[in-house]
Amino acid sequence: MQTLTNRAKQVDRRPMTFMEKLYLPAILKGMGITLSHIFKKKATVNYPEEKRPFSPVFRGLHILNRDEEGRERCTACGLCAVACPAEAITMEAAERLPGEEHLYREEKYAARYEINMLRCIFCGFCEEACPKQAIYMSETFAPANYQRKGFIYGKEDLLIPDPKHPITVKK
Amino acid sequence: MTALHIVIDWTFVIEKLLLISAVLGISLLIAMYSTWGERKVAAWIQDRRGPNRAGPMGLLQPLADGGKLFFKEEIIPATANRFLFVLGPSMAMLTACLTSAVIPWGDMLTIAGKEVSLQIADVNIGVLWIMAVVGMGVYGIMIGGWASNNKFSLMAACRGASQVISYELPMGLALIALFMISGSLSLKDIVEQQRNGVWFVLLQPIGFLIFLICAFAECNRTPFDLPEAENELNGGYHLEYSSMKLGFYLFAEYINMFISSALMSTLYFGGYSFPYMDSLGLSPNTLTILGICALFIKTFIFIFIFMWVRWTIPRFRYDQLMKLGWKVLIPLALVNMLATGAVILFRQG
Repeated sequence: MQTLTNRAKQVDRRPMTFMEKLYLPAILKGMGITLSHIFKKKATVNYPEEKRPFSPVFRGLHILNRDEEGRERCTACGLCAVACPAEAITMEAAERLPGEEHLYREEKYAARYEINMLRCIFCGFCEEACPKQAIYMSETFAPANYQRKGFIYGKEDLLIPDPKHPITVKK
Repeated sequence: MTALHIVIDWTFVIEKLLLISAVLGISLLIAMYSTWGERKVAAWIQDRRGPNRAGPMGLLQPLADGGKLFFKEEIIPATANRFLFVLGPSMAMLTACLTSAVIPWGDMLTIAGKEVSLQIADVNIGVLWIMAVVGMGVYGIMIGGWASNNKFSLMAACRGASQVISYELPMGLALIALFMISGSLSLKDIVEQQRNGVWFVLLQPIGFLIFLICAFAECNRTPFDLPEAENELNGGYHLEYSSMKLGFYLFAEYINMFISSALMSTLYFGGYSFPYMDSLGLSPNTLTILGICALFIKTFIFIFIFMWVRWTIPRFRYDQLMKLGWKVLIPLALVNMLATGAVILFRQG
């Protein structure tokens, strides 16, 4: 019969020889194998201390980016929300007032911007849809939480800190 | 008329009490850290790391496990016999600890001009005592399994009892061959003979092999762990036990393992003696301390072998176990005994 792989082995059905019936040589051989495993490299990664590197295309937690002058890039166009297959993104737009030019890059900005991390499937479509390079996916993932509402990330969770105007973010 | 003078030698009593506490403490400590060692060895053999969270290298893991067992809820099943239910683990623990009394942990130690023997009781029937106590050990399993009033526990207890009884026979026969050579049942004599001559494992290799296999069976360790077969018997005779009573059963197994290892080192591997020990020209006290270290190193090697075998060999089927005991080991032990006797006769005559 044609075998599917070359790994198939014919089962030896001959009666056991005296040496095989003694079992001890086979047991010693087995013990040799287990002993050799003691000195092999361990497969386990000591997780909190050492982390396995993510792949360069890893899609983690979202961040809302700022431009070179520290102004928010997002204009609340809603393209990310439209692109989102899981409907995880909601936002509310607001108009920039005079005197807020140092805070928002364009005339319109997102007053509220929320991503439900329980709905999000981390596909990265929002990142692709964004015309202003405002939303990016970082290399971390959402930490555990006790409540569902803790997984709805608002602007204060997503926006990267402003290097020029450090403000204390209220949670 | 001779007046009966009962003079209690208090220094003797204190000395023995100290020795007993030391031996008990060390046995418990080693049993505790055997659980840690077991998990480490298991992990290494399976390419894992083993416990490493509690303390450096997970060294506080046994304390955490023990603490957990103490705080667990104690459950005695409603249909169980309460007295026997408590007696079971107590018996297991007691018999496990009793054996250490006759093992010579070292030679004489001279403290402040007084010779102190590092053996609790140098009785001339030392090995018989061990065989008797090990034979009692089966009651712990039997009573525990019976008192639980659970069919799985009872089945496991029956298995345990028949296994221990079956494997005691070849063990005893292997020992008889050893006594033919030593001519003494005292463990101290046996060690001293090996100190002056060769280790008995060289004279009795088959006897040692039989003893080793039987020791595995007596300790209910893999490949003979049928009494606590997790998959068929839901954990075996300690199925209904919880909290520290379960802890006692598990602990007794590790103490048994330690004592068996010490016994095998004593009977076949020279006990506290090591090669060229008397030609080193060291003071007797230094030699004694080195001897204790030698005994413990041998013991630890045996404990490692116990664990190594456990994570290598799968469990025997029950009929295979009985077949091995009665049809292989007993005839082999008998032949070994006869051959030893013949050689001794031949050399004498």
